Amino acid sequence: MHLGLSESMRDCEYSQISTRTSTPMETPYKKKTPKKRKWQSFPGRNKFYCNGRIMMAKQTGVFYLTLVLILVTCGLFFTFDCPYLAVELTPAIPVIGGALFLFVLGTLLRTSFSDPGVLPRATPDEAADLERQIDGANGSTSYRPPPRTKEVVINGQTVKLKYCFTCKIFRPPRTSHCSLCDNCVERFDHHCPWVGNCVGRRNYRFFYMFILSLSFLTIFIFAFVITHVIIRSHRNGFLKALKESPARYPFHIVSLLLCAYLSLTPGDTVLEVVVCFFSVWSIVGLSGFHTYLISSNQTTNEDIKGSWSSKRGKDNYNPYSHGNIFTNCCAALCGPLPPSLIDRRGFLQSDTPQLAPPTNGIAMYGATQSQQSHMCDQDQCIQSTKFVLQAAASPLLQQSVEPIILATCPDDGGSLPGRTSLSAGEPCNSLPLVGQPTPPTSNPNLSCHEPPEMLPIHGHGHLHNHGHTLQQQDPGVHHHHHHFLTPEEVPSPPGILPCGSPMGHNHGMPASFYNPASQDSLHEDSVRGLVKLSSV
Amino acid sequence: MRHFHNLHEMRHSASLANKVFIQRDYSQGTACRFQTKFPLELNSRMEQALFEETVKTLNSYYAEAEKIGGQSYLEGCLACATAYVIFLCLETRYEKVLKKISGYIQEQNEKIFAPRGLLLTDPIERGMRVIEVSVFEDHGSGSSTPSSSCHSSGGSSSSSNSAAPGAGDAR
Repeated sequence: MHLGLSESMRDCEYSQISTRTSTPMETPYKKKTPKKRKWQSFPGRNKFYCNGRIMMAKQTGVFYLTLVLILVTCGLFFTFDCPYLAVELTPAIPVIGGALFLFVLGTLLRTSFSDPGVLPRATPDEAADLERQIDGANGSTSYRPPPRTKEVVINGQTVKLKYCFTCKIFRPPRTSHCSLCDNCVERFDHHCPWVGNCVGRRNYRFFYMFILSLSFLTIFIFAFVITHVIIRSHRNGFLKALKESPARYPFHIVSLLLCAYLSLTPGDTVLEVVVCFFSVWSIVGLSGFHTYLISSNQTTNEDIKGSWSSKRGKDNYNPYSHGNIFTNCCAALCGPLPPSLIDRRGFLQSDTPQLAPPTNGIAMYGATQSQQSHMCDQDQCIQSTKFVLQAAASPLLQQSVEPIILATCPDDGGSLPGRTSLSAGEPCNSLPLVGQPTPPTSNPNLSCHEPPEMLPIHGHGHLHNHGHTLQQQDPGVHHHHHHFLTPEEVPSPPGILPCGSPMGHNHGMPASFYNPASQDSLHEDSVRGLVKLSSV
Repeated sequence: MRHFHNLHEMRHSASLANKVFIQRDYSQGTACRFQTKFPLELNSRMEQALFEETVKTLNSYYAEAEKIGGQSYLEGCLACATAYVIFLCLETRYEKVLKKISGYIQEQNEKIFAPRGLLLTDPIERGMRVIEVSVFEDHGSGSSTPSSSCHSSGGSSSSSNSAAPGAGDAR
């Protein structure tokens, strides 16, 4: 049953694609009076300003918070501290401070407003060609659907490329799909809500310079605010100086830590100093972490997943590293700046086949009505098998999987509200929301996910660091994020079965979590049985 | 097979039969490189050596664009010193090379590919993932499309080919 379904699905996809591509060459070109630019029908979830010149993520609230905090802090520093320090010490302080401030602002805006390196989605032709290749490689010997991965050897290291069902491409090495922006981003580092954009190949250097200069600026401001207090205390006595230092000091801290602001009482010096200390360290720590990443030519994504860590095997090394620290730094910071691949200011042409009308966040390339209905059937089928399977397997899996789920669930909550899921995905997707407010414990959460051992597979590196402090404090934590994507990605046989193959795993899961081999075979067998059952 | 004299004529009188995609070659890292393996679909259309030379030339252009050397360091440091504001008014070397590439592809299309009923698409238009080779089939007499609209169609698409898209970020 499943085989038949998927085959008919493919057929319909082919025919659809071929008709689409052949017509534009023959249809006469119509002159449209209002020319639309490409950003207006961009399939990802991004915001564009200034007629496509500025590109940001959909949620930009935190970015404005960052901006306001930096502006307020620096404004207070320049209005209250700088005049005094310029007279008492040297006028170089406001000059240096001003230059740093402008640099921070410039790099922040550059990070936020530029294209992080989004890969355009495949044209229907390219997608069809890939489908054909996948089919050809897998043949039709078994009912097992093709594992959608492709292995390439990069500098002697084997790297698996995963197929992106949204973008209809094999993601190039280091590319990952950001589920907040719904784009594949080259050299994906992470999605940074503070700058309101993904951090990827094209804006990583801006981002790095931003956090580096911000850490200098915070140290600078912190140092001179303390100097200010000390000088005054020498003149007038310490206590008086503190009384004269009004509520503004907490503000300096706020931009640094970006939290704890409300708990501060003005004048509580001890707390100020403590918070200040930690806040400076969090920014400095973050830039230190990224300096380490740059010098070893890794991305945050790869570091957290431990893609190149030697724990995974003796021969595991980072194939992208240039060999020495200096070259890596230069390559990351001074290498040629790659061009934007999504020509968003270009004009739409009526005969370009790649431009589907923007749908609300869900990619619809090649997804016809009939195909979706197929998907629905399949999903319901899978859904039922899933519950049976979970009932059978969860006592076994419960203990081993819990830590993973704990790590994944908070992220799910973050990404879910933005997703408009089709009816096919809903039975699966809406459940975690219900379970969100209380921290996940055991069974209810297991049942709202796919079969638990699927989690690591689906959560390949879609990581959302909702705070840098988090990411930097425990880089060892696996942010395996279960992303709920387009209906194609909701568990259909292609999504489920490949886990039986030995390659489907190894996404940085430490062996201590669970033993994949035994559970896989168990899972595979039960799936096989249940698929047979459901097809009757 | 009839020989086409130029791109326009080919677009008018032929219909798209197939598309061949040359995939990226990642064996030497993530720098842009395309596989030089000759696709079998083009076997009847053109000589292997000609095709391979075109792809190799393209690869060398991309290597030039992504080369990390003195000029890119200079550019990077200068840009960094101005908080990357300078990129708003300065064309990077990468963009210059991309223009050269699209010029080269245009030229190859006219000289080699069009007469054989083939057409290269600039990889930048496909996200640098593939070189798309469109294979056209000769219809003999210019199919069913009216000639007047054809003219505008041919003109517009060729201009879109020559213009390098994505040449700048947030200009």
